[in-house]
Amino acid sequence: MESDSNKIIDEVTRGDYKYGFVTEIETEFAPIGLCEDTIRYISDKKREPGFMLEFRLKAYRHWLTMKQPDWAHLSIDPINFQDIIFYAAPKKKKDLSSLDEVDPELLATFNKLGISLDEQKKLSGVAVDAVIDSVSVKTTFTETLAKYGIIFCSFSEAVQNHPDLVKQYMGSVVPYTDNYFAALNSAVFSDGSFCFIPKGVHCPVELSTYFRINAANTGQFERTLIVAEEGAYVSYMEGCTAPQRDENQLHAAIVEIVAMKDASVKYSTVQNWYPGDKNGVGGIYNFVTKRGICKGSNSKISWTQVETGSAITWKYPSCILMGDNSVGEFYSVAVTNNQQQADTGTKMMHLGKNTKSTIVSKGISAGKSQNSYRGLVRVSKNATNSRNYSQCDSLLLGSLCGAHTWPYIQVENKSSIVEHEATTSKISEDQLFYCQQRGIDMESAIGLIVNGYAKEVLRQLPMEFAVEAQKLLSISLEGSVG
Amino acid sequence: MLLSIQNLHASINGKEILKGVNLEVNKGEVHAIMGPNGTGKSTLASVIAGREVFDVTAGEILFKGTNLQKLSVEERAREGIFLGFQYPVEIPGVSITNFMRTAVNEIRKYKGLDPLSGGEFIRFMEERKKLVEITSNLTNRSVNEGFSGGEKKKNEIFQMAMLEPALAILDETDSGLDIDALRIVANGVNKLRRPDNAFVVITHYQRLLDYIIPDFVHVLFQGRIVKSGGKDLALELEEKGYDWIKKEQEA
Repeated sequence: MESDSNKIIDEVTRGDYKYGFVTEIETEFAPIGLCEDTIRYISDKKREPGFMLEFRLKAYRHWLTMKQPDWAHLSIDPINFQDIIFYAAPKKKKDLSSLDEVDPELLATFNKLGISLDEQKKLSGVAVDAVIDSVSVKTTFTETLAKYGIIFCSFSEAVQNHPDLVKQYMGSVVPYTDNYFAALNSAVFSDGSFCFIPKGVHCPVELSTYFRINAANTGQFERTLIVAEEGAYVSYMEGCTAPQRDENQLHAAIVEIVAMKDASVKYSTVQNWYPGDKNGVGGIYNFVTKRGICKGSNSKISWTQVETGSAITWKYPSCILMGDNSVGEFYSVAVTNNQQQADTGTKMMHLGKNTKSTIVSKGISAGKSQNSYRGLVRVSKNATNSRNYSQCDSLLLGSLCGAHTWPYIQVENKSSIVEHEATTSKISEDQLFYCQQRGIDMESAIGLIVNGYAKEVLRQLPMEFAVEAQKLLSISLEGSVG
Repeated sequence: MLLSIQNLHASINGKEILKGVNLEVNKGEVHAIMGPNGTGKSTLASVIAGREVFDVTAGEILFKGTNLQKLSVEERAREGIFLGFQYPVEIPGVSITNFMRTAVNEIRKYKGLDPLSGGEFIRFMEERKKLVEITSNLTNRSVNEGFSGGEKKKNEIFQMAMLEPALAILDETDSGLDIDALRIVANGVNKLRRPDNAFVVITHYQRLLDYIIPDFVHVLFQGRIVKSGGKDLALELEEKGYDWIKKEQEA
């Protein structure tokens, strides 16, 4: 393990946002703006069955009655939904049956992002679903996984090929009425990933989706649904980048996870949407609803997130601990620099008996950024003998940034134990001098110290992701201490 | 000449601490700097290392002929200046292995050398650990986190062995050590002594000098080196105490 982490440190490089390029590709767009016709257009493009259109329209009509939430510690310029394109898809000549038919420009784009869609060239066992703008362009290893009865495909394909499963689970964890952005997503979502792990199957590879926004003035609204049947296990990873643009772009996603009895789902995110420039121009608005339900007893859902990108992040991956003895975990590193704002955290809803949750949140603020942890631990009356442990640490770099912690705790029985620890610290001049005296320059020293600070969370990530995450932490903080 | 300090004046927040220090160190030499508390011993070490809180108001420090004022802290380190800290700081979550690998490779890069591979680094580290009698698990722990006083000082010696500096300044590395730790620290220094490097050992007490035999002993008092001599000077100080120096200065 030690040499692994050395390898990681070796690969720590620094630079500005590296993924800001645009791919020149023929793209098909929905008419700009949002109305019922937009939704019909999307549903029609995707040749969806009637139940999908119905679901979308119900969500849209509900959304019209809602207001954008303003309780987060975020200052958000008004979003004009009529200025956004809700569907953009790279044009394709025919249906894809092999990699040869994927547009070489798209393959090149993903190669440039470090994502190889060529199964022959893949060294490690990771199956990838690659989503660009509104559609999935390629899912790898689908056939291999099918041998285990695992379904891993784009959401659109799932709607076509497994409509019953989609109907059964879509919206069962995050209903379209849940919140403003969930309703919006439910109305206009265009693609995403679908994973179904059948009873007793331990998924042999990491499943991952790579989201890429490419087109201008476009929002990305994807939806991921993961279902783990009794005794199943899956580790799922999500990565994302976007070009560098002067206007803000909207990303509103939904992730739903269902874990049955004895099932275990590990969900890891490295979020690196374009954060905007040093003056806060441009960047992605990232409004995401992620929630998992531990439906059966002894089930487990674990969220790990490394949040370094986006101009605004509004995101609370949560667990509903319904089954007795179920376990929820949330490990988070959120980095904000320059003018970035993040309001992120989790909700742990203890409903079953002897349920356990762990929250480890590490906020790192630099520049003029604002970084908030917001979390709710709720232990219901019937969730006897439940336990929660929360640890919220904030690290400040410089004196112009802000770190905030908003923990909410509601406990309705007397046999449960809830613990909350919080710290706020700064990188000390002594630590920097010590590193520099050993020949390490200040930028590298900050990278080293920050990675050390976040180690508890980073060690939860699958290896492939840990390397990327460590690099990102250093890069994101470049120039933050002078 | 490895290190040449001429008429060095340095102050912190406008308060002058060093008031004209002169010191010359050649390769192959061990110098001991002694003196009562608060006379500028640690300040001298920090100023040589380049700590920014101190202002050099007059004089100069030449290291291998280069004026150090022009070099940053890390450049001085890469040129071969090592400071063994009196109070080594904790860096949570960063293992000593990782920390040292980063440092060793940064220094190699500066010298135009390729970085050591994982295997090469581990072999080199094991060899160095043996040399300075460090047990294996220390390097897996986070830098100085939860270390005892003795472990912290041993760790400093280990890092010195890893970085192979041309000039090592040990700032009261003996303070707070029991006799076993003291012996390990002293043995480390003795094993690393070579004709092409030098040590400046800052100490309050004579006892470290029973183990590390210095070529020169200097007494720093009120910001100046007021007395220099051979190793016998340390014994004389031990016997007569610093009052002797004070009286001499007042006279």
